[in-house]
Amino acid sequence: MAEQRMGFFTDTTVCIGCKACEVACKEWNDVPDDGFVFRATSYDNTGALGASTWRHVAFVEQDGRWLMSSDVCKHCTNAACLDVCPTGALFRTEFDTVVVQADVCNGCGYCVPACPYGVIDRREDDGRAWKCTLCYDRLRGGMEPACAKACPTKSIQFGPLDELRERAAKRVERLHAEGTTQARLYGANPDDGVGGTGAFFLLLDEPETYGLPPDPVVTTRDLPAMWRWAGGAALALAAGVAACFAGRKP
Amino acid sequence: MPRRRDEMVPDAEFRSYYGQPVIKQPIWHEPHMPAYLYLGGLSGAAGAMAAAARLTGRDRLELAARMTAFAGASAGAVFLVAELGRPERFLNMLRVFKLTSPMSVGSWTLAAHSGLTGVAAGSAVTGLLTPAGDAASVASGLSGLAMATYTAVLLADTAVPSWHEGMRELPFLFSGSALASAGAALMLTTPRAQAGPARAAAAAGAVAEVVAGGLMERRLGLVGEPYRTGRAGRLMRASRVLTLGGGLLATVAGRSRALTALSGLAITAGALCTRFGVLEAGRASAMDPRYTVVPQRDRLDAGHPASAPGR
Repeated sequence: MAEQRMGFFTDTTVCIGCKACEVACKEWNDVPDDGFVFRATSYDNTGALGASTWRHVAFVEQDGRWLMSSDVCKHCTNAACLDVCPTGALFRTEFDTVVVQADVCNGCGYCVPACPYGVIDRREDDGRAWKCTLCYDRLRGGMEPACAKACPTKSIQFGPLDELRERAAKRVERLHAEGTTQARLYGANPDDGVGGTGAFFLLLDEPETYGLPPDPVVTTRDLPAMWRWAGGAALALAAGVAACFAGRKP
Repeated sequence: MPRRRDEMVPDAEFRSYYGQPVIKQPIWHEPHMPAYLYLGGLSGAAGAMAAAARLTGRDRLELAARMTAFAGASAGAVFLVAELGRPERFLNMLRVFKLTSPMSVGSWTLAAHSGLTGVAAGSAVTGLLTPAGDAASVASGLSGLAMATYTAVLLADTAVPSWHEGMRELPFLFSGSALASAGAALMLTTPRAQAGPARAAAAAGAVAEVVAGGLMERRLGLVGEPYRTGRAGRLMRASRVLTLGGGLLATVAGRSRALTALSGLAITAGALCTRFGVLEAGRASAMDPRYTVVPQRDRLDAGHPASAPGR
């Protein structure tokens, strides 16, 4: 990599749920509207990440407190979407982020069920897969992503991943010292099932409460085993066919 | 349906974001995707049978197998292209070759297999280039083995719990079903004197399909549930009845054209039910966050978190 690995640290303890990140992302990236829906569960009205929702602010209403968290593509170290893409439309940039090339994607849809976080999706009117690019164009121009720029509380922090991880560890330490013992990092461990994520989070509850998988795995980790089982089945099929022809010829 | 005590899955307590799914559902459509899975399997096993018929000198059976293999691959390719969000860009599938993408491997496999079966069928119909046609027929036996099994990896290589965890049995379910499908098609299109191997394939494939499916549902525990419940459960049960009934009938149909036809149709319907059922089970397991969250939470609570590839 020519450049340092860049990423997001989303500190949900200071998120105020203003959704400026959602709006800034749409404005900069020209993302079409994703429906003007009142979901009647909370102040969340985008619901989940998707083809036309690249930042999603989750509202978790609990007894005595509200949790807010701006979710985004994780830009995994081992990215399943990139691994399974048959056209090479998904690629890893010089910033170690994962981006779809819209002029190559043929809309096969394989990346959609491959993502362990349910991030990437296909726009049905357009036929192609879309997700957060970590503002690849802005990064190339030396700017920070639109969501981080717009965030009024610095809940969304952008920078070199090493620096962000250091800063996040200190933040957790401080929160623990202040008595907020539920504070934990999500995606900051390079030994987890996706090799750590380029966009990681500081959460105040279990990941599943925010709609995040508690222990995600890149599906291609098991691909060698899958090919071996399929190879076994192919051999069994060959043997089965041979056995069917083994009888005497009329 | 009553379940044995040891099959009972306890109502797992788990937390989620307003009950919303964690992962996205597979967006593949009906009937495109299941039809392709069926036709690809049919064509693959028919290719293998064409090669075997060629090597054992069964001309009429080989002719039927060549035509079936080519028809299955061509019709399957049409469904596959129609499934794309941008069908006009289907050739982008052959832009790269990626072992990490079962769909890339599958696209190249389908390209090779449909090419070989096309040459074999074309030569048989026109009488031209007979040596090339014969060689292609034998070679389509090998590409056929890949055709009939890679689709299981295609489904398993996703975050969809009921597919990913079924990685061991899915290839046997699909290859068994492919063998049964090809046997069914060939016993209907081959004169009785040469149809013996086709009948055997229909019966053996039917048994393999039902056994693999049953093993998978039992082994998977919680994430096997989507194969037993709702629309997917009904499809999988229908598949078992049709496939076993058709397979049994294939062995006793004897000279009766009507019974042979009934057997072939039942097996074909069973194979289609399997593919629609597997797609539906995958969707159901993605829709309910329980199947994503509970196994992961159990792993963490047991102190065995997932680890990074190659570590």
